[in-house]
Amino acid sequence: MSMTDEPLYPIAVLIDELKNDDIQLRLNSIRRLSTIARALGEERTRKELIPFLSENNDDDDEVLLAMAEELGVFIPYVGGVEHAHVLLPPLETLSTVEETCVREKAVESLCRVGSQMKESDLVEHFIPLVKRLAAGEWFTARVSACGVFHIAYPSAPDTVKTELRSIYTQLCQDDMPMVRRAAATNLGKFAATIESAHLKTDVMSMFDDLTQDEQDSVRLLAVEGCAALGKLLEPQDCVAHILPVIVNFSQDKSWRVRYMVANQLYELCEAVGPEPTRTELVPAYVRLLRDNEAEVRIAAAGKVTKFCRILNPELAIQHILPCVKELSTDSSQHVRSALASVIMGMAPVLGKDATFEHLLPIFLSLLKDEFPDVRLNIISKLDQVNQVIGIDLLSQSLLPAIVELAEDRHWRVRLAIIEYIPLLASQLGVGFFDDKLGALCMQWLQDKVHSIREAAANNVKRLAEEFGPEWAMQHIVPQVLEMINNPHYLYRMTILRAVSLLAPVMGSEITCSKLLPVVMTAAKDRVPNIKFNVAKVLQSLIPIVDQSVVEKTIRPGLVELSEDPDVDVRFFANQALQSIDNVMMSS
Amino acid sequence: MNGGDDEDVVVVAASSGDQSPPLQWRFSQVFGERSAGEEVQPVDMISAIEFDHSGDHLATGDRGGRVVLFERSDAKHSSGGRRDLEETDYSVRHPEFCYKTEFQSHDPAFDYLKSLEIEEKINKIRWCQTANGALFLLSTNDKTIKYWKVQDKKIKKICDINADPSGAVGNGIVANGVPEALRLPVVTSHESSPVAKCRRVYPHAHDYHINSISINSDGETFISADDLRINLWNLEISNQSFNIVDVKPEKMEDLSEVITAAEFHPTHCNMLAYSSSKGSIRLIDLRQSALCDSHSKLFEEPDAAGSKSFFTEIIASVSDIKFAKEGRYLLSRDYMTLKLWDINMDSGPVSTFQVHEYLKPKLCDLYENDSIFDKFECCISGNGLRAATGSYSNLFRVFGVSPGSTETATLEASRNPMRRHVPVPSRPSKLGSILGRAGGSESTAGVDGNSSNALDYTTKLLHLAWHPNENLIACAAGNSLYMYCA
Repeated sequence: MSMTDEPLYPIAVLIDELKNDDIQLRLNSIRRLSTIARALGEERTRKELIPFLSENNDDDDEVLLAMAEELGVFIPYVGGVEHAHVLLPPLETLSTVEETCVREKAVESLCRVGSQMKESDLVEHFIPLVKRLAAGEWFTARVSACGVFHIAYPSAPDTVKTELRSIYTQLCQDDMPMVRRAAATNLGKFAATIESAHLKTDVMSMFDDLTQDEQDSVRLLAVEGCAALGKLLEPQDCVAHILPVIVNFSQDKSWRVRYMVANQLYELCEAVGPEPTRTELVPAYVRLLRDNEAEVRIAAAGKVTKFCRILNPELAIQHILPCVKELSTDSSQHVRSALASVIMGMAPVLGKDATFEHLLPIFLSLLKDEFPDVRLNIISKLDQVNQVIGIDLLSQSLLPAIVELAEDRHWRVRLAIIEYIPLLASQLGVGFFDDKLGALCMQWLQDKVHSIREAAANNVKRLAEEFGPEWAMQHIVPQVLEMINNPHYLYRMTILRAVSLLAPVMGSEITCSKLLPVVMTAAKDRVPNIKFNVAKVLQSLIPIVDQSVVEKTIRPGLVELSEDPDVDVRFFANQALQSIDNVMMSS
Repeated sequence: MNGGDDEDVVVVAASSGDQSPPLQWRFSQVFGERSAGEEVQPVDMISAIEFDHSGDHLATGDRGGRVVLFERSDAKHSSGGRRDLEETDYSVRHPEFCYKTEFQSHDPAFDYLKSLEIEEKINKIRWCQTANGALFLLSTNDKTIKYWKVQDKKIKKICDINADPSGAVGNGIVANGVPEALRLPVVTSHESSPVAKCRRVYPHAHDYHINSISINSDGETFISADDLRINLWNLEISNQSFNIVDVKPEKMEDLSEVITAAEFHPTHCNMLAYSSSKGSIRLIDLRQSALCDSHSKLFEEPDAAGSKSFFTEIIASVSDIKFAKEGRYLLSRDYMTLKLWDINMDSGPVSTFQVHEYLKPKLCDLYENDSIFDKFECCISGNGLRAATGSYSNLFRVFGVSPGSTETATLEASRNPMRRHVPVPSRPSKLGSILGRAGGSESTAGVDGNSSNALDYTTKLLHLAWHPNENLIACAAGNSLYMYCA
């Protein structure tokens, strides 16, 4: 073994491990396929490595997935674009395996390789591959075929184009629903490459097949194609062919199909133009907003702002707003929650007057919602709210909701509201904040839940950043420092944490005069846990304060701690001392 | 182990005069036959049987958590020549199966949170879509569903290694220390053998015992049902499922009905049926809403006034439902009867067949020894003309279910299916629903007298399956798998 040549040996091992019993080693080798290829050289990669990979296609999924991915970027290693076609056979086999994620990755790589190939190579190698896949015995090959048509089609000669279109038509009518679903999913992509003369005939007939499929799962993917196809067609064709379909779909028996329509409808508005939108799509959308199935209403409610943006304000006020009012008192909390997350965006669309008259009551009622998610969704969009209704009204209506959420039973809700406090503070301004929210921020520092206390410490820092050290000196720091006397050590620890966060914001002077003494007192704590946290805090203060303070106060404190009976305290004290020395040496 | 043909052809008595002549059932094969006096180990008891869609494969599951696969060995590979010519004379050859492979699907487990033992017993097996020549199936025990792939894997041998791990340098590496060439391993493959691999596990979705799994015709989703809930899964996603039916009342004291079986419609991907312990079958439409607590159709036997007893409700519990191939008819089994429903007619069953009417006076005993809670399965032939279901003493019965058919047969799961029973013609009561009183016109029991005295409650034939396109029934008697053809 010692005789083996250094640079080749690792590669030899890598190659051998392509067939190792340990999947991790095989995976490792596949991940470094490019290294192997470089060592073998372009020609041997083409003639040996690639055929080898093509044959070994019954490996574990993870290995196949990695292989599919690597081959997608393998063109440089086989000798450039003119040899890219040698990558097709292994990818073709991979695109027929039964594991979906491997197939999808193989198709992705096929497309990547195909899109770089020369036109003549595409005709010679890629198009036959598409045909083979489409005629595959198992549905897996036919599913993959649907995903590569858009690469093959543009460079095909006219006769082959006709053939490809008719093959795709057959795929749209395949016996297996999986294949029809794949055909529906990829129709938009394929249609984008087809000449407009054939769009209206061939593509529309494929589309019609899919929209009338007996399987819900196929029809609902066809809905997704509506918007994509709509954008390809001329507006009048879109109105003639797509519009009736989508209106039909919006009344489909299956709620899943209606759900998809609710998600997609706004995209189609642009394609059909304003008039058909008014006469056809608005009524369809209103129906969806009032659908029996909560899931459909959730989807529709979530798009209400996007939809209104496309309409003119009168239409929105006349048709959409009444539904929005209904939805704000919907029996499903999830519907209300979806509405709350987007409703504020409607304000700029409707304008100030309409907002005051119509939107504000809805907004206020959502703020009082019994379900915390709904309230949180409103509060999270506070900046948008403020712009529209102004601070006074906002603060009046907002405060009770915030106080309630701040004391919510579920700590995750409390956590969420803490995250929004700096945003609130910036919107409400100093004066308002002092009166109402300051106390809450202090209260959170003494929460029962650690995550809340941690978030509260961070919040204190962000407030100091927002309002400046002077304000913080008056309104935050004294209250925070007072809590260092809490009888429970876990709460004292929170304060140490807050101090270490505040120090950089407050600057050297305040740190030395106010914060540091408190920390030094804490160094005398009876609980070792506090003491080693003191050591950590002191370490974090070193870069903030003056050299002289370090020498006069921090170092003696740490030296004392480094002689503590507790091993952890000594450890962190020594660590801090070391960093003092490092700082000194570097300066 | 593999029994040959039994030439004793038994003529099933039936009052003829209907369209298709009654079938003559013959013993075909047996796997795992019990020799006289041999104790049956509980773990070997078969607990699930299922043919795949083509009928070329058969799977059984047992109480020991194993799944055994059988493969059709006849016809398929005989191309041309004598056999084909013989067959032209011989009408239809019956299918013959051979053992293919077996694997351990489930192992006993312990739920530490609930301090419950989870048995490894396979409750149900369902075949999925075949792809790339590999077989796929779902198997479930009480709690966990697994997705299996069974594929013929070539046994591989690798030679031409660059770096010989044994230290014997020289194999590929030239003596002067520089490997003259890097070599790719050469793989030579020998014979192949089937290998089962668990592809996905769908855990933690059921608080109660799973009684059914069923694959959707969309090839993408399946359902699993326990006593109180039905969940909808995507085959590709094992970490989440959607609850589509929940019959759990707010207070468990109010519980009056549990789900006993559930099955997807064979062609309409949005329809599924589930049965309950109260004897009703509900058809639900997944299109209507996300949570399908309200059914679109309810099938119930109209109450027979005055005939209620303590046992009425217990024996009404549906133990199994099966859609016929086209999906219009639905077969259900309760303790005493087999019923055929037309999903377009919810006023009552199209016909009702008494499976073991002679047990009626013995319900009290059956209750005492818990046999009354036995869950018999049922199956329907591919052409929808006949149905079969099991009984005690390893008997099972085949009924002609097409309109006007009076065909009935009683068979025993043994090498000689007609050994003990002289078949007595019986008339199934088909008019029950039409006359508006079920069980009004009682048929004479097919098996009676001496046989019922010798009735053995411990040998019950619970599980059986009908080949999708031939007259072949596979049934489980204890640990043995018997097959009969006609």
